[in-house]
Amino acid sequence: MAEILLDVQEVSCRFPMPGRTVLRAVDGVSFQIRRGEVFGLVGESGSGKSTLARCIMNLCRPSAGKIFYQGIDIWDKKQFRENRKRLQTARQIIFQDSTSSLNQRMKAADIIAEPMVIHGVTPPRGSWRAEAAFQLHYVGLDASYLDKYPPELSGGMRQRVAIARALSMEPEFLVADEPVSSLDVSIQAQILNLFRHLQEEHGFTFLFIAHDLPVIRYLCDRVAVMYRGKIVELAPAETLFADPRHSYTRALLASVPLPDPRRERARKPVEFGEFSTAGTLRELAPEHFVLTEGCG
Amino acid sequence: MAELLEVKNLSVSFQTPQGEIEAVRDVSFSVKAGEALAIVGESGCGKSVLCKSILKLLPPSAQIKSGTISAGGADITAIPEREMRKLRGRLFSMVFQDPMTALNPTIPAGRQIAEAVCVHRPRMPKAEVRRRADALLELVGLEPEKARLYPHQLSGGMRQRCVMAIALAAEPQILFADEPTTALDVTVQAQILDLLREIQRILGTATVLVSHDLGVVARVADRVAVMYAGKIVEIGTAEEIFYDPRHPYTWGLLLALPACAREGEPLRAIPGAPPSLLHPPKGDAFAPRSRYALAIDYEETPPMFQITETHFAATWLLDRRAPSVESPVKGGFYG
Repeated sequence: MAEILLDVQEVSCRFPMPGRTVLRAVDGVSFQIRRGEVFGLVGESGSGKSTLARCIMNLCRPSAGKIFYQGIDIWDKKQFRENRKRLQTARQIIFQDSTSSLNQRMKAADIIAEPMVIHGVTPPRGSWRAEAAFQLHYVGLDASYLDKYPPELSGGMRQRVAIARALSMEPEFLVADEPVSSLDVSIQAQILNLFRHLQEEHGFTFLFIAHDLPVIRYLCDRVAVMYRGKIVELAPAETLFADPRHSYTRALLASVPLPDPRRERARKPVEFGEFSTAGTLRELAPEHFVLTEGCG
Repeated sequence: MAELLEVKNLSVSFQTPQGEIEAVRDVSFSVKAGEALAIVGESGCGKSVLCKSILKLLPPSAQIKSGTISAGGADITAIPEREMRKLRGRLFSMVFQDPMTALNPTIPAGRQIAEAVCVHRPRMPKAEVRRRADALLELVGLEPEKARLYPHQLSGGMRQRCVMAIALAAEPQILFADEPTTALDVTVQAQILDLLREIQRILGTATVLVSHDLGVVARVADRVAVMYAGKIVEIGTAEEIFYDPRHPYTWGLLLALPACAREGEPLRAIPGAPPSLLHPPKGDAFAPRSRYALAIDYEETPPMFQITETHFAATWLLDRRAPSVESPVKGGFYG
């Protein structure tokens, strides 16, 4: 089995809310990501996917639990300081909202080159600008966009600049927080093909967060389903889509509309209630973990 | 069945400092009573502008260059705003994309629904208005207790239900829904789509759904219009569009979906990007991105070729002089 790149152990993240209540955004989540795999994380908005991604990227301190990246405890101050350079270059994140994650006052070329400038990377292609042009070409934009400011670009183009910036460090681990949800179908397919290429040809490891299930099915090797801060089901993608066990996963899969009118019309209206989040994750089949109550 | 709404050769342009943007170019379609028409296309293809130009909700920089819009048998292309206000809500109303910005955050949800009722029936007694608002809440699947809550106390799905209740307050004949589920989760989206179908069945309201999601469209629509670069390139029943599409752009859209990917193969993306509508290209706007482009596509705009009684597509591939091309998506994906 491949080396474990990221090990998340019992991580919780709580936020105090008005009126002495506590929001458990992430509640005792454990999973491992192996080198070279695309790990998918699905769930409805507010289920804690993005908070978990922020914990993994040292952007939001978990209230409990530990996260190890290649054996380094990333939330331990001493260990973080000693491995700072490695942690900050080898892990990169693409944020969901490219409008707020790109500096409006910087040109695309400077945005893409900035991480390399900060970390003092010698540009392998001669200059920062040539490097930015290369990365931009890689995500499917030509050099004419180098001198554009983010507001001059469309949503899809901005998202591609954000992806180019993350790729410029040649990371080994990439967290992508809903990178394609703002894109149109035709552009989305180009970006998904790019991600696939990066994984297959360059051995990238991905934590891929999305709410679009067909996208997850296409791209991911293993998928974790989150609901109310907990992982309710974790399985290889094909197993999860063929044989969902948790009631929430089933409801989620049943509600995805497919481009097939006859099938959609024959479908009964979906019923929703509350789903159980009690119990513990158990391995029902090899590699297939489901949150079950008692000794189910 | 009578045509409830008929749009003929409509062109809408925006005046900008850079020049004239032709957002909608020579679009014709009609909606019958009680049917659901979906308009699909990528962002910037003019689908929202098309809807808003029918409801006359466009900013002053927009201008209807040519064409006619007739609703309920009367020409409403150039009627004054005062007349238009009487039609909005009664003849047609609209559900917007983002339910948070469509509601007033300082007024409880129930009062906002009651307000919509009052506007259309100024002389209705108070108790009657309240009963009507409760009935609307029930219609969209909300409990009457929710009426006292403010929008921020409601979830995204509940807010969208409130917006729909407001849109239905005066029992419109046509409901425009502009990406009604884009801001919502998959599970909530399914419920709202089911509600849309339910309302259409109970009230007999015609629905015009604008969406970029072909799955959503397949779930709701009876007929589908595909838009590209301000033009309708293909229109037909849902079955015709999904199982026997004829325009290369419709093929591209369907093939690019991850749901339609073949095992172990890359997605078949459409290369390039949509053209700028500032200076729309000559001929078929999709030609530069199309594998099937013919020489004439760069020169002359294809007319709407009729395939069946309901199915039309604007591509030179359907001309009798064109080489025959095998459709890559014949028969749909799931048999």
